Amino acid sequence: MDIAVCRSSCLICMSMVLVLAIFLGFEIISKVPARLHTPLMSGSNAISGITLVGAVMVAGSAESNLNVILGTLAVIVATINVVGGYLVTDRMLGMFKRGKEGGGK
Amino acid sequence: MTVEHLVNLAYIISAVLFVFGLKLLTSQSTARKGNLMSAVGMFIAVVMTLLIRDIIDYKWLVVGVVVGGIIGAFAARLVAMTQMPQMVALFNGFGGMASLLVGWAAYRVMYNFDLFTATTIFIAVLVGGVTFSGSIVAWGKLATVISGRPILFPGQTVLNSILFIGTLVAGGILLMDAPISNIMLVTIILLSLILGVMAVVPIGGADMPVVISLLNSYSGIAGCAAGLAIQNNILIVAGALVGASGIILTNVMCKAMNRSLTNVLFGGFGASTVQEEGGPEGEVKPIVAEDAYFILEAADSVVFVPGYGMAVAQAQHAVHELERILEENGSDVKYAIHPVAGRMPGHMNVLLAEANVSYDKLVEMDDINKIIEGVDVCVVIGANDVVNPAARETKGSPIYGMPVINVDKSKTVIVLKRSMAAGFAGIENNLFYKENTRMLFGDAKSSLEALVAEFKKK
Repeated sequence: MDIAVCRSSCLICMSMVLVLAIFLGFEIISKVPARLHTPLMSGSNAISGITLVGAVMVAGSAESNLNVILGTLAVIVATINVVGGYLVTDRMLGMFKRGKEGGGK
Repeated sequence: MTVEHLVNLAYIISAVLFVFGLKLLTSQSTARKGNLMSAVGMFIAVVMTLLIRDIIDYKWLVVGVVVGGIIGAFAARLVAMTQMPQMVALFNGFGGMASLLVGWAAYRVMYNFDLFTATTIFIAVLVGGVTFSGSIVAWGKLATVISGRPILFPGQTVLNSILFIGTLVAGGILLMDAPISNIMLVTIILLSLILGVMAVVPIGGADMPVVISLLNSYSGIAGCAAGLAIQNNILIVAGALVGASGIILTNVMCKAMNRSLTNVLFGGFGASTVQEEGGPEGEVKPIVAEDAYFILEAADSVVFVPGYGMAVAQAQHAVHELERILEENGSDVKYAIHPVAGRMPGHMNVLLAEANVSYDKLVEMDDINKIIEGVDVCVVIGANDVVNPAARETKGSPIYGMPVINVDKSKTVIVLKRSMAAGFAGIENNLFYKENTRMLFGDAKSSLEALVAEFKKK
């Protein structure tokens, strides 16, 4: 049994993906202005919840009791990151207003 | 086309959405859309994963998603903006924990030993464990559940080195010893958890912005390693993006404090407050709200310099109120934001945004320093170290060389402060003794409200 999805993938392909993603990340994120750094962090918390994908595969494969427990725990914490991360980022970004449009208190 | 191919195609779409989402985060006007886009990417990735044939039991998945979703939604709704650093610290920890658990589970089903997979599992578990326990300590320090003071003891470095080497040796055994050894993996997990605690306890509360940025990066790296272990491209891409983001933020924070990362991690800054001899010259000139009113009333340009003290006093709304009155009075009002004002990168901007302060009034340190000499009045609210001219003037000062907002170069400085106590870094502030500085003692919120009342009276 293996829980790998991308069976055709190889080490080199994965390394390629990794290296390119790192460069891309540096390129884009260095352009995020300082005033949006807190939403950037909470947003990246949400993205790091992508481990949910791995957790789902572990928890759903019903491999052994311990694995189901590990997987379910992982699903819980990763979902907290995903749901909490995106919602709080949205809430925060909703507060950023320009000029008088914020008007009332 | 197999299901696996379909899932991987969907992952490409998700990856594109993540990247686009981050790109839209480079501007205020599009940031919210970017966040939504990223969330859609996540949704696609998770839903498509459910199609994989290996997944045969959905019961626990549903339980996990429902429990996690409810907790996450409530946390996001209820958290106060002042508590964002704690929340991000916890979320970093959860990210690390998820990768640790996935790595652990992947190891248990690795029936045929494979060096590459075993190595990446080791990294996922090690980094995940350090991230988790380190983040919990960081959370404790930020939430003041534990003391923000650096905890140092003799032999700390030696003990930490032994722990680290021990973990590497355990990792080596895990990798060389081809039979699957669950006990060895559990040992590594325990060691990594201890290592995480030991790594963060010596770091002072003032340095937590650096630490949570770094742990943010670690949570990405752990996710990336877990992705390599289970050969999942979307985990690799997303993990790398988060890892890169955290490293950039760590760098920004270190620069803003004029410290190297090594110094932050091992320096134990603030454990003992070394005070240079002599101290600042001049005398403190306290004023009352009415005096401050006359100064502000006559000012053409006013710059507020908020620090974390403003947030603690819950004075954001009072500042905004004063800002509007000053504008009606004909003054030009801006806010000068130091990169480490607040407890995490960009924190002050969020706190002011919450109080309805328009974001085009927020000016970054470098931009305000260019025009600071022409400013009539700088009002320092609950900020201390970030406006300390000792960073420019006093060579022996622990903060010497740190970029600060040069409020002392403006015509008049009004400092709103509870008492003469030193700042977070425990350093005396020369600003308070300058010729053009006036001290308005008292709670920041009450002082501001008193000022607003003065304006309304006249």
